[in-house]
Amino acid sequence: MVNYAGKTSGMAIPLLSALNGNPILRRVSFFWLGLYPALGVRALIIFLFESKKGVSMKNKYFLTLIASVITLLWLSQGIMAAKGIYVPLFTYKTGPFAGSGIPSGNGMADYLTMLNERDGGIGGVPLIIEECETGYNTKKGVECYEKVKGKNPAIINPWSTGITLQLIPKTPVDKIPVLTMGYGLSAAAVGSVFPWVFNYPSTYWNQASAIIKYIGYQEGGMSNLKGKKIGFIFLDGGYGKEPIPLFEELSKELGYEFFKIPVAFKESQNQSSHWLKVRKEKPDYMIMWGWGVMNPTAIKEATRIKFNMDKFVGVWWAGSEDDARPAGKAAKGYKAATFHGIGQDFPAIQDILKYVVDRGKSQVKDRSRVGETLYMRGVFNSVLIAESIRKAQEKYGKRVINGEEMRWGLENINLTSARMAEIGLPGYTNPIKGTCDDHANNGPIFIQQWNGTGWERVSGWIHSMDRVRPMLEKAAADYKTKNNIPNRTIPCS
Amino acid sequence: MEILTQIFIQPFFDMIGDPILFLQVIWEGFVTGILYSLIAFGFVLIFKASGVFNFAQGIMVVFAALTLVGLHENGVPAYVALPITIFVMYALAFSVEKFVLRSLVNQPDIILFMATIGITYFLIGLGESIFGGEPKVMITEELLLPYGSITFFDDMLILQEIDIAASIIAAISLIILGLFMGKTRIGIALRAVADDHQAALSVGVSLNTIWVVVWFISGIIALITGIMWGAKSDVSFALSIIALKALPVLILGGFTSIPGAIVGGLIIGVGEKIGEFYWGHLVGGSIEGWLAYMIALVFLFFRPQGLFGEKIIERV
Repeated sequence: MVNYAGKTSGMAIPLLSALNGNPILRRVSFFWLGLYPALGVRALIIFLFESKKGVSMKNKYFLTLIASVITLLWLSQGIMAAKGIYVPLFTYKTGPFAGSGIPSGNGMADYLTMLNERDGGIGGVPLIIEECETGYNTKKGVECYEKVKGKNPAIINPWSTGITLQLIPKTPVDKIPVLTMGYGLSAAAVGSVFPWVFNYPSTYWNQASAIIKYIGYQEGGMSNLKGKKIGFIFLDGGYGKEPIPLFEELSKELGYEFFKIPVAFKESQNQSSHWLKVRKEKPDYMIMWGWGVMNPTAIKEATRIKFNMDKFVGVWWAGSEDDARPAGKAAKGYKAATFHGIGQDFPAIQDILKYVVDRGKSQVKDRSRVGETLYMRGVFNSVLIAESIRKAQEKYGKRVINGEEMRWGLENINLTSARMAEIGLPGYTNPIKGTCDDHANNGPIFIQQWNGTGWERVSGWIHSMDRVRPMLEKAAADYKTKNNIPNRTIPCS
Repeated sequence: MEILTQIFIQPFFDMIGDPILFLQVIWEGFVTGILYSLIAFGFVLIFKASGVFNFAQGIMVVFAALTLVGLHENGVPAYVALPITIFVMYALAFSVEKFVLRSLVNQPDIILFMATIGITYFLIGLGESIFGGEPKVMITEELLLPYGSITFFDDMLILQEIDIAASIIAAISLIILGLFMGKTRIGIALRAVADDHQAALSVGVSLNTIWVVVWFISGIIALITGIMWGAKSDVSFALSIIALKALPVLILGGFTSIPGAIVGGLIIGVGEKIGEFYWGHLVGGSIEGWLAYMIALVFLFFRPQGLFGEKIIERV
C-alpha cells in the first residue's frame, strides 16, 4: 500500500509524473530509485578497495558502514519530505479477528484510494496511505504507532480498544490525533480532558443507553423496563467490559435486573455452557458485546436454545453479514445496532467500484462484498478522516497538514446532510458536528434486523439518554485525576 | 458460611432440582468432549510415532476445513471437494515427511517440536494466501449433515441433530482408527515404531512411510474436527485455538494412550461444562479455559503419567 510516488527523490518526480497511472511501470521505477543509493554505496566500496589498498579490512568495513548510514538517512529524509498527507491505517487482516478486520480495512483503504485516483487526493494534495498490520494485538499496535509516528502522520486509527488505551497517553506528547471511530474509551468523548482523541460518531456508553431505550420502546415505555431481566454476553476484555458501568447504573435507575455472562476469547467458539446459563436465567432480552468469531457462534447458540431472536440485540460490532450469515435463516429476527447505511447504491461507492476495484487497486476479492456492513464501517472511518483534512485545509491552506492541524480539523468537522450528498453518500449517517468539548457527537444509532439473507432497518434514529453525558464527564474526570492529566491548554477556536 | 453453601451444596441442589437441565449440560459436555477426544487422538498418533507434540494440529483443522469450503466456494461440488481435500491432506502429510521430518531424523525432540511450530506458521500463511482470512460458512447441508433438533420433555431437553451426527461420526472414527491401529499390518507397524524406532527399523518397518501415514490420519482427523466444529460456529483461523484445548486432555489421558485421549476428552468436556454452568458464576464466569487444566492437574496428583499413560521407570 505504501505509495511514495515521486516523493523519495527529487530527480524522480518528472519520471514518475510521466508514469502516473501505470502501476507496473511505477513499481519498476521505484526499484531503480531504490537501486541508485545501493549502487552508490557499492561504488564507494569499490573505490575504497581499489584506490586505498593500504586501508585495513577493519577500516573498510567501517567506511562501508558510514556510507550505508548516510544512504539510509538520505532515503528516510526523502520519505519524510514526501509531498503528501501521510495517513497510516492500522489493520488486522491476519489472525483470529481477520474476518472482521479484512472488510473494514478494505473499506478504509478503498475510499482514500478513490480520492487519490479520482481527485488526486484532497485539496490537490495526494494521500500517502500505508497499512500497518496489528493482528488486533495490542503490542503489535503500539509497535505500529512507534513505526509511523516519525513520518508526520496526520492521524492514527488504532482499530482496537486495547491499542487505543495504550496510545492515549502517548499521542498528546507526539501531537498526533487519534480517531477511534465507534470504539475505544467512552470517556474520551470529553474533549476538555482528551483533546487528542475523537470517537465519532458515538461512544459505547451512548450506544448502550440507546439500546436500552430501544428495548424500552419495545416494551411500551421506559417505565415498563422495571422488573424485566436483561442479560449481557460479552467478550471478556477491555472492549466487552466497557459498557458494563452504564448498564449497571441504568439498571438501578430503571429497575431492570441485569446479569453478565463473560466469554473468554479462547472460548469464543465454545459457548454452549454460556447459553445454557442464558436458558437457565430466562432473560427477557439479551444484549451482546462480541467481536470476531464470538458473534456468529453466539447467534448460532442462541438459535440452539430457541431464544427469541427478536429479543437479542448486538453491539454495532456484532451486526455484520458474517455474524448472522452462518446461522442463516435460523438467525432471522436477530437485531444489531448500527450508525450508517450499507449497499452499493451510493455514488461514492460507485466511484470506489469504478476507480479502485475495477482498476485492480483494491484488496477486495469479491466485488459483491463492497458495500457490506463492515466495509461501509471502514468507509465511514475514512470519510471522517477526509472531511477533517478538508476542514483543516480550509483554515491552514491546501497543503500537507500535520497532526496538530488535523486535530483542529477533527474538532471542527461538520458533516451535514448536504455535505454527505455532495461527497456521494446521501443519507449515509446522521450529521456529525464536532465541538471542542464533545468529541463523540453524542450520535444516535438505529437498529437493523437480520431477515435471513440480509439486514433491514427497523427503527428510526435513537439518541442516547441525557444522563450519559454527566457519566462520561465523571469518568473523564476520574481518569484525569488517576493519570495526572494536565488541564487542556489548546484553544477551542 | 454462605460461600461454602454456594460451593458445596447449592450446585447439587440445582442439579437435582432441574435434572433435565443437568442432562442437557452433560449432553453438551459429551458432544464437546468427543470432539476433544478426536483432536487429542491426532496429537497422540503423531506423538507415538515421532515423540513430538504436534503444534500444527490446530492449524491443520483450519486448513482442512478451509480447503473443503474454499473448493466448494469455487464451484466444486461437495462430493468432489471432500475427496480432493482428503488428497490435499495426504499431500500435506507427504510434504511434511519429505521436506521437514526426513532431514530431522535423530534430532532432539525439541527440534521436531520447533519444526511443527514452523509448519503452523507456514500453513497460516498458505491458508491466508489461498483462501483469505474471511470466515466461511461450513457446507453442512451439501455434506448431507442433518439440520434441526430433537426435543424431549416438552422441549426442555434439546439435542441438535448436527451434534448427534458429530458424536456418531467421531465415535465411528475413533473405533475405525482403533481397529486400524490394532488389526492392520500398517497399524501394528505404527505401534512398533511407537515402542522403539530402532527396533522397528531393524525389522524392516519404514519410518518414512509410517510418518506419512500418521500425519495423513491426523489430517483426516483434522478434517472431521474442522467440519464438525465449523458447523457449530464458522470456519476461520480462530478454530485453531480450539484444537489446543486437547492439551489438558493429553495431560489427563497421557500423551501415548489412545484410550486415554478418548476418556480424557470426555472427562474434560463434561467436567468443564458442569464446572462453568454450576460453579462458574462464583468466580465471575468464563472459567472453562483454565478449569480444563485444573481437572487435568487434579488427576495428575494421583496418576502423574496420566490416566492411561505408560508408567516410565528409568533405572539410575
